[in-house]
Amino acid sequence: MDQIKCECGHANPVGTMLCESCGRPLELEIKGEASFPDMRYEGMARRSQTYSRTIIDRIWNYFSSVKVAIGIIVIILVASAIGTVFPQQQYIPVPVPTEPDVARFYTETYGKLGTIYYTLGFHNMYSSWWYVTLLVALGTSLVICSLDRVIPLYKALSKPRVNQHKSFLKGQKFYGEAELPAETDSAALVEAASAALRKKGYRIFQNDQAMMAEKGRFSRWGPYINHIGLIIFLLGVLLRNVPGFYLDEFVWVREGQTIAIPDTPYYVKNVQYHTEYWKEEEMAQELDLKGGAVVKSYQTDAILYLNKNADLPGANPDLVEIKSGPIIVNHPMEHEGLALYQTGVQEMQLGALNFVLVDKKAGNKEIGPIKLDLYNVPAEQQVADGVKVRVLDYFPDFVMGKDGKPATQTNLPKNPMFALEVVSEADNASEKLVYLSGSIITEKDDSRYTLEIKMPDLIDISGLMVRKDKAVPLIYFGSFIFMIGVAMGFFWQHRRIWLQFHGTRVMLAGHTNKNWYGLKQEAGAMIEQAKLPIAIEDKSKA
Amino acid sequence: MDKKNRTYIRVAILGVLLAALVFAVYTSFVKDPNAVKVGKEAPNFSLEQLNGPAVTLSDFRGKGVILNFWGTWCEPCKKEMPDLQKQYEAYKDKGLVILGVNIGESPVTVEPFTKQFGITFPILMDKQSEITKLYRIVPIPSTFFIDPDGKVQEIFLGPLNEDMITQKVAKILPK
Amino acid sequence: MQLVQLSDWLLDIAFVLYVLASIVFVVAMTGKNWAGRDPKQHELKYGRIAYWLALIGFIAQTGYVIFRWIAGGHSPTSNMFEFMAFLDYCIILAYLIIYRIYKLTVIGAFVLPLGVIMLAYSYVFPKEITPLIPALQSYWLHIHVTTAALGEGILAVGFAAGLMYLVRTVPQEAATKSTRWLEIVLAVVMMLVGFIGMESTFSRLDHKTVFELPKEQLNFQGEMEKMKVEYTLPAIVAPEGSKIIQAGPMTPLFTAPSWMEGKDAARKLNTMIWSVISGLVLYGGLRLILRKRLGAAMQPAVKDIDPELIDEISYRAISIGYPVFTLGALIFAMIWAEEAWGRFWGWDPKEVWALIVWLFYSAYLHLRLSRGWIGAKSAWMSVIGFVIILITLVVVNLVIAGLHSYAGV
Repeated sequence: MDQIKCECGHANPVGTMLCESCGRPLELEIKGEASFPDMRYEGMARRSQTYSRTIIDRIWNYFSSVKVAIGIIVIILVASAIGTVFPQQQYIPVPVPTEPDVARFYTETYGKLGTIYYTLGFHNMYSSWWYVTLLVALGTSLVICSLDRVIPLYKALSKPRVNQHKSFLKGQKFYGEAELPAETDSAALVEAASAALRKKGYRIFQNDQAMMAEKGRFSRWGPYINHIGLIIFLLGVLLRNVPGFYLDEFVWVREGQTIAIPDTPYYVKNVQYHTEYWKEEEMAQELDLKGGAVVKSYQTDAILYLNKNADLPGANPDLVEIKSGPIIVNHPMEHEGLALYQTGVQEMQLGALNFVLVDKKAGNKEIGPIKLDLYNVPAEQQVADGVKVRVLDYFPDFVMGKDGKPATQTNLPKNPMFALEVVSEADNASEKLVYLSGSIITEKDDSRYTLEIKMPDLIDISGLMVRKDKAVPLIYFGSFIFMIGVAMGFFWQHRRIWLQFHGTRVMLAGHTNKNWYGLKQEAGAMIEQAKLPIAIEDKSKA
Repeated sequence: MDKKNRTYIRVAILGVLLAALVFAVYTSFVKDPNAVKVGKEAPNFSLEQLNGPAVTLSDFRGKGVILNFWGTWCEPCKKEMPDLQKQYEAYKDKGLVILGVNIGESPVTVEPFTKQFGITFPILMDKQSEITKLYRIVPIPSTFFIDPDGKVQEIFLGPLNEDMITQKVAKILPK
Repeated sequence: MQLVQLSDWLLDIAFVLYVLASIVFVVAMTGKNWAGRDPKQHELKYGRIAYWLALIGFIAQTGYVIFRWIAGGHSPTSNMFEFMAFLDYCIILAYLIIYRIYKLTVIGAFVLPLGVIMLAYSYVFPKEITPLIPALQSYWLHIHVTTAALGEGILAVGFAAGLMYLVRTVPQEAATKSTRWLEIVLAVVMMLVGFIGMESTFSRLDHKTVFELPKEQLNFQGEMEKMKVEYTLPAIVAPEGSKIIQAGPMTPLFTAPSWMEGKDAARKLNTMIWSVISGLVLYGGLRLILRKRLGAAMQPAVKDIDPELIDEISYRAISIGYPVFTLGALIFAMIWAEEAWGRFWGWDPKEVWALIVWLFYSAYLHLRLSRGWIGAKSAWMSVIGFVIILITLVVVNLVIAGLHSYAGV
């Protein structure tokens, strides 16, 4: 491997900016640059930057560039912002989003810009292949940048040099140089300075002519740790796409209904649903709610079952109760990573119609009650001795069809219509009745039977979201590592102070990656305490 | 670390990252890995008939199966029903089974409807829409053509007519 | 209900103290060269008075936070008024911390006026303590919102220091791109001031204009009725197809374009127009009085301040604020979202904008640490960063609807 030899005799790898042994700037002389090499890796060679012969190396070098990383960040930033101009598809009020419906929604709501937005696929920005590609590119950049820099940094930090080359010291932003008065005991000064800095928590490396004090070295690892955290985070995000890691379902469950949760062996029963409102005396202040009320809680009392016969969907379930209790907003029901969230409700929906069968011919005598459960319609029911009611036809959401025949618009009982037959066994007669929109139509004007309409049963239908996300622990862990990393990197700083005696001259230099103000104060205090005959100049101001 | 090693390490790392990219982009296109796909086995299920005992899809191995999801509220379903019935009569002795899965309606609604159209093929009652969800049905009618090996040969969204059925049935009839 | 009143008073006291502190800070900075004064002594003396005023104001506001918390039974972070007031509280807290480190009077001269503006802005929103809707009933409301606000408060100090740096260093001898942009930033600040002034004046005067829209909605009695929009400010723009049912101080000059969505779009546009007009009037007035660029007028007051120190303060504030912001606005937000909605991330506009803020400051840190962007470039970025924060907090809530839009003006 090519090497560069320093004046001191040490052979440095190509790309090294400051001699690994004595700290003398190497490239400076080669390139004749006036500026001092940057201190990020103490001038250690970042090998990646030194080869670009193969395509692999070129790709590697591309992603190891911070400039590229910043570019990726900025592109993601801009793309993300564009994605919020109009709502994403998942937030638009189109119940069953087929492509033409979605396209129409954007055009009709947002005009020409909406059409463009839709055509470019911005309505599904964050799951588009190119946005995903950008995220992977960011991850690639994180991995390569970290790998590429962590080794030189490790080398640099594990070999702190007490005796830095003079030009290294001179290159620092904080630098001072002075002539010593005669008969100065340099060893004693080193000792005094060391003692002063030790009190401030510095680690001291010294010999009798020189000293290097450092503090907060570990903070240099902060960026790598936070980048590792981000890599773990992105890995977690990627893992959610692995089948079985992520589940997102939604079920509407009526009060009293037990329903299968799609793609899981579980069933859930809605025992009861309840909305609670804040009472006036519970409020801190009297509010003008204009006749409305503020909801206090949405709650479904639910039972979660495991279906032991889940291998064959649709077959009669063999349910075992697992858990029961309330599901409240912010307090999901959880079981082995599966969580049920209270997310929606349709209150006061028709559940069953109630009637009383009346015999008009017997002086409007009530024969007996009839209940028609709209979700589980009984084909036939006994009303009284010898009197039966049969359901001939049922249209849950009645509409008159184009062909003039009754039809239904949906399978939900929004506007139920029943064709009924009353059968009297005693006189072996039957009569037809129709119920529609709150009225009874009899077959004949002088019919014997009619129905008296009673209050229908109203039920609440609870919307439960069912989620499972096995990647979440990894995502939290990544976030946690990231926080440790940024805290290390930003709340502490790596501070170093060099003090060297060369014959009758004394040199002092300081470096930190941030908070120069703090370093300056500590160096100043040291000068004062050790009574060093020196003043620091801040070179950047000259 | 010599140059060769370095290249190997870089290739390995870039390879892993490329794999991550391919996986991420692939999953961004395929939103639902559990969705029923052509060429894959049709998910098995068991449902009760309108007037009869429960049937299980896998019982029809060796026969061609048309799995049709429908509802009485759906106009196009009404339109294709007579055609389905006709084709059923034509091919039932040649090994064709038609299963009409009704989506969450009451027998009292479905029964008059099937009588009106003279349907004789089995009508399965998906009371809780469980199988409808399993098959990821969005628009109806949706029809799955399943071959004697239980594999989905074709998925058709929208109403079918006689010619289309004849043509598609040819692909799934047992040889 | 006395607790509520007490907390309101304390907030008013804090507001007055912040205004006084701002004035004294400005006096400390500008009065140095008044005849017969020792500039150092002057700055020190008035700076100390201003600092104490700010500190007492902060204590008063702490009282407000505590009493309102007790009275309402939840942290005062559940609607726009409470959040803005709390953000202001965090800005002052961040200022006090940074001041303890650097002991620099001039920081207060920039941060306190910002604090006054933010607090005044909060007064624009309805002040009632509203009971928590189910979605907000979680201890994560306190943790997430307070931490996020604290992070944003610290970043705001980074912005104030960045602006200070620009005022100090942008050469004012000739008009350049930098001076122009600095004037624009200052003019935008004036628009915010103008908006607050207009809104609070007119809400007291009660010169409402009420429009009836051609759309219907269900009212609380369950009947359909025509939608109504109330303008506090005089109407320049009327909603499309609307009818005035209560005339205000002026007749609208034109109607809002039809592509503007939502019931309140026209009102928001109207408010925006007034903000721009009043901001430009304020700005123009100041320029007429001062007879020079605002930046040029401010520069002498900060001319003896070490720009490198302010640059470092700005960077320091951002490097402290960034982790706090990440924790509060992203990580805690994700944990809460996971608990409330079963997904840690849902690409809700507010979430996306928090991510944008984070990405922006990430870019800032990389540019600064790796590409040597210090000084002016860095200062401009700290200004842009705060603008993005304001977009996240204000524009996203008021313009882009989403899960987080809790109140509207």
